[in-house]
Amino acid sequence: MFPQAADWVRSMTTFAFALLFLASVAGYLLNLRAARQLQGSGARLHSLAGFHGGFSFLVVLVPGFIVLILWLLLQGAVINALVLRSLPPGTTDGLDPGAVQLIVAEIRQIAGGRIFGTPEQWKIDAAARLTALRDTSATLMVVVVGVMSAVLLILSRMRVSPDFRARQGTEAIVNGLMIFCSTVAIFTTIGIIASLVVETWRFFGMVPWYDFLFGLRWEPQMPIRADQIAAVGAFGWVPVFVGTLVITVVAMTVAVPVGLFSAIYLNEFASPRFRAVAKPLLEILAGVPTVVYGFFAVLVIAPALRDFGVWSGLPIASNTALAAGSVTGVMLIPFISSFADDTLSAVPRALRDGALALGATRGETVITVLFPAAIPGIVGGILLAVSRAIGETMIVVMAAGLIAKLTINPLDSVTTVTVQIVTLLIGDTAFDSPKTLAAFALGLMLFVVTLGINVLALRIVRKYREIYD
Amino acid sequence: MNDMRIAERTVGTNAAKISARGVQVYYGETHALKDVDVDILDRTVTAFIGPSGCGKSTFLRCLNRMNDTVAIARVEGTILLDGQDIYDKRIDPVQLRAKVGMVFQKPNPFPKSIYDNVAYGPKIHGLTRNKGELDEIVESSLRKAALWNEVKGRLNDPGTGLSGGQQQRLCIARAVATSPEVLLMDEPCSALDPIATAQVEELIDELRENYAVVIVTHSMQQAARVSQRTAFFHLGNLVEYGETGQIFTNPKDTRTESYITGRIG
Repeated sequence: MFPQAADWVRSMTTFAFALLFLASVAGYLLNLRAARQLQGSGARLHSLAGFHGGFSFLVVLVPGFIVLILWLLLQGAVINALVLRSLPPGTTDGLDPGAVQLIVAEIRQIAGGRIFGTPEQWKIDAAARLTALRDTSATLMVVVVGVMSAVLLILSRMRVSPDFRARQGTEAIVNGLMIFCSTVAIFTTIGIIASLVVETWRFFGMVPWYDFLFGLRWEPQMPIRADQIAAVGAFGWVPVFVGTLVITVVAMTVAVPVGLFSAIYLNEFASPRFRAVAKPLLEILAGVPTVVYGFFAVLVIAPALRDFGVWSGLPIASNTALAAGSVTGVMLIPFISSFADDTLSAVPRALRDGALALGATRGETVITVLFPAAIPGIVGGILLAVSRAIGETMIVVMAAGLIAKLTINPLDSVTTVTVQIVTLLIGDTAFDSPKTLAAFALGLMLFVVTLGINVLALRIVRKYREIYD
Repeated sequence: MNDMRIAERTVGTNAAKISARGVQVYYGETHALKDVDVDILDRTVTAFIGPSGCGKSTFLRCLNRMNDTVAIARVEGTILLDGQDIYDKRIDPVQLRAKVGMVFQKPNPFPKSIYDNVAYGPKIHGLTRNKGELDEIVESSLRKAALWNEVKGRLNDPGTGLSGGQQQRLCIARAVATSPEVLLMDEPCSALDPIATAQVEELIDELRENYAVVIVTHSMQQAARVSQRTAFFHLGNLVEYGETGQIFTNPKDTRTESYITGRIG
């Protein structure tokens, strides 16, 4: 009996959405026809008939849609509360919230038809009540949406008159929708920052901030139980950040020259046929998932470096910063190249012609005229690439090491901020331990650093852009 | 055309600096310039006039091989500079352009200082051995371009900060600094106001003492004011070429007459 109830809920939800949509279309057609009739009878309408229809469509659709979404989001919590209250008195007395959650989860499992062992009778009763409540909720939802649509349909139909400013009404609603969509991104960002800041604040309650910012040791091993024998953790982020910088420097050493020279060649020297082949290929490089680059680093570059170390007698670690950094650099080549290509193409043709007409060769033109003119864009692109290299996760998780060693030797194994965040949050985590909260502190620092670089990059690009226009 | 005073027709020499024979230019499938024969005299201002799209700028750009930078352009025929075919395989277009300078329609100073703009050509061609010589070239070029007095106190300011007319004279100084033998000007005054235009025109007349100047212009008054010889282009053909006074007062071809009197173009 229980699975059928789930079907009922699902079909009622579909029905509610279909009903809402049909009502909106009906509103559109009704108002359109009414407006046309007014026109036909010789009245001069303020707005076109289509706007009358669109107004009704939006007036019915938008509130109904909001109510439906809110209903679906909130009904679970309401039903859970009702079921809990209907449990035999005293069942949840003295239980902590986690245990209550477990009981609710078990009831939901039973209601879903997945019964393990022999549950107590009161749980089966509660599951039946849960199912009944869900059915009621689904039916009620359809009724509410139906009534609301009907009322709004009539109200908007009554608004149709020659004087009614349907165009402004429609535009106001669409305007509101656009404002909502643009604020979604803003509020998401604010939410992310707020959660980072709050958790970081909690972390600094357990570990002093100066130990984190200036500490030279990163050993985030914490005893999980009180009696466990483990080192007391050290949370100095300096070695982790230095590791990130080493990998970034290696990456930029690969990406900047290769990216710039390929952009200059493609833009200034390549034949149109070569460009037509090379440019899409370069863009394919940009589309390779970073996890594939990670494979490449682990399975090709790292063993090759190791073999070279054995052959030459150099002490080369197995997880070198060089392997992870150079592959990250390869990933950034198309990024820098396309940025530089765009800025070089944006340099006015008149400047190019001016230099050529003075008897400059193509090479001289690039070095003495195009490059200086394009430098702000190129610097901006490089800075954006730096912030991507700092934030790059997948390649370094696969190819860089885990031990935080304070070194700037690219042949040694280093770890990065992103790698540490991943390892801190993988597996069993307790969100009241500094070990886990340290991830948020690292995340906040990463965010601050990349934000700073991005702001700097955008300022450079903007500040010098106007001059050559 | 009350202001169409005809300039004094003293032609410096009668020696042909550039002689073109049977020049054809194709842009892809388009036949942009058809069978042009022209002799451009040394120490003379030659004006190319004609309606838009008639091929006058195209022909101008053949004279310093700037059409080489357009991938789809193809030039046929012979163009001799001092008897040497400039489309010969042994000729380096880079060296040719040092001899045949060019000034463009829109002022295009480099995003560098005024000094560096003028010093650009001498530097890349290694014309000077020390800073002193370079300073001299910069000063004399700016003087020739009638710009020295306006900028002598701020040679290190960016060239892009000057006014439109000053920028165009800076570009002329830049072209003059490589001591070319021929100076090509592609509508050099079309982006300038009347005062700046008058200054540039005066300058063109002075440049005639040292160079063969070829100017493309849309303004017939300008052609009449500054040039000694005029060529009229129409639909890719060189219709008529001769002494400026004759072209404007007594054209032989009816198309020339129609254009000058404002009936076509």
